[in-house]
Amino acid sequence: MAAEHGRSPTDYIVHHMTHNSVGQGFWTWHVDTLVMSAATAAFVALLLWLGARRASIAAPSGLLGFVEFIYEFVDGKVGEIYHGSSRGFLTALAFTLFTWIVAMNTMDLLPLDLPAFVAGAAGHEHAFWRVLPTADLNGTIAMALVVLFLVIAYAIRAKGLGGYLHEWIAAPFGNHWALWIPNLVLNAVELLAKPVSLGMRLFGNMFAGELLFMLIALLGLVAGEHLSGLLGIGPAAAFLGQVVFGAGWAIFHILIVLLQAYIFMVLPIVYISMAEQHH
Amino acid sequence: MDAIAMVQGYTALGIGMIIGLGAIGACIGIGIMGSKFLEASARQPELTPMLQGSMFLLAGLIDAAFLIGVGLAMLFAFANPLLSKLAG
Repeated sequence: MAAEHGRSPTDYIVHHMTHNSVGQGFWTWHVDTLVMSAATAAFVALLLWLGARRASIAAPSGLLGFVEFIYEFVDGKVGEIYHGSSRGFLTALAFTLFTWIVAMNTMDLLPLDLPAFVAGAAGHEHAFWRVLPTADLNGTIAMALVVLFLVIAYAIRAKGLGGYLHEWIAAPFGNHWALWIPNLVLNAVELLAKPVSLGMRLFGNMFAGELLFMLIALLGLVAGEHLSGLLGIGPAAAFLGQVVFGAGWAIFHILIVLLQAYIFMVLPIVYISMAEQHH
Repeated sequence: MDAIAMVQGYTALGIGMIIGLGAIGACIGIGIMGSKFLEASARQPELTPMLQGSMFLLAGLIDAAFLIGVGLAMLFAFANPLLSKLAG
């Protein structure tokens, strides 16, 4: 990729922003998002299972200590927010969301041309592959829709189906027949704003971060091309420049990765606890 | 040819406004929240860890709309749907 001159910077970025997709129109599957999210989930599950398997009071291993640290952090947070009856399930949900999203977001810190290097060794140098599943709107909205489904399920479980539907037309303004339409509109907006904002917040942060990595990679590519003219080193210099310049942004982005995962963990718990309380 | 240049020019203006106005909102919001946090922390230093947790949560929420705007602006910068509609 660095060896092809005459490719404009815009082409480089558009190439890196294209998903590896199958099908067309509504039925387009983003293969790279699906595979990367499944792979990170499997990796995280394996890591946690290995840590928990050696659980013994006599000789705790380092990995077990790390897993327990995350678990206590998540459990403490859930305990602060949620005071209902499904504490165990919600801690498991929050733990899954936090660890999985941290794992997926960390894919952003890989060098941008790494998939192309790997694919180039196998002969498919021009294949598209985006490594970051949370920078795909489909990925984040899918998780947010599952959270929406859980919020509705918990509300129905806490109030009964009749009670939940009654609340749609009776709250928050009151149970007068003239207020049914305003109540319905307000409740619909409030319910739909939750998954949309949840999904788009994570998407926006990760997409903007990834795009900045792409722009820095472009800088590294151009610098590498000039260096290769002077020293004759070639594509390796371009890759190296990209890694060096990207390291600075990566250090700041680590904070964003953890923060966004933390927010995506806390907000569903807040929504579920609100869904159970409203009367 | 004229139409393409016009669409590109207005798109560039639009991108600048999305990012600039969003940044104003986000920065003023973080400034207000940060100043309240420092004030509360100076008044009651023992509450600082608890307040810091909430502060990070709020910082992420405040940045959300701005970063969604940046994402949209980047879409217009590199894969402008208005331009492709003109060409296609």
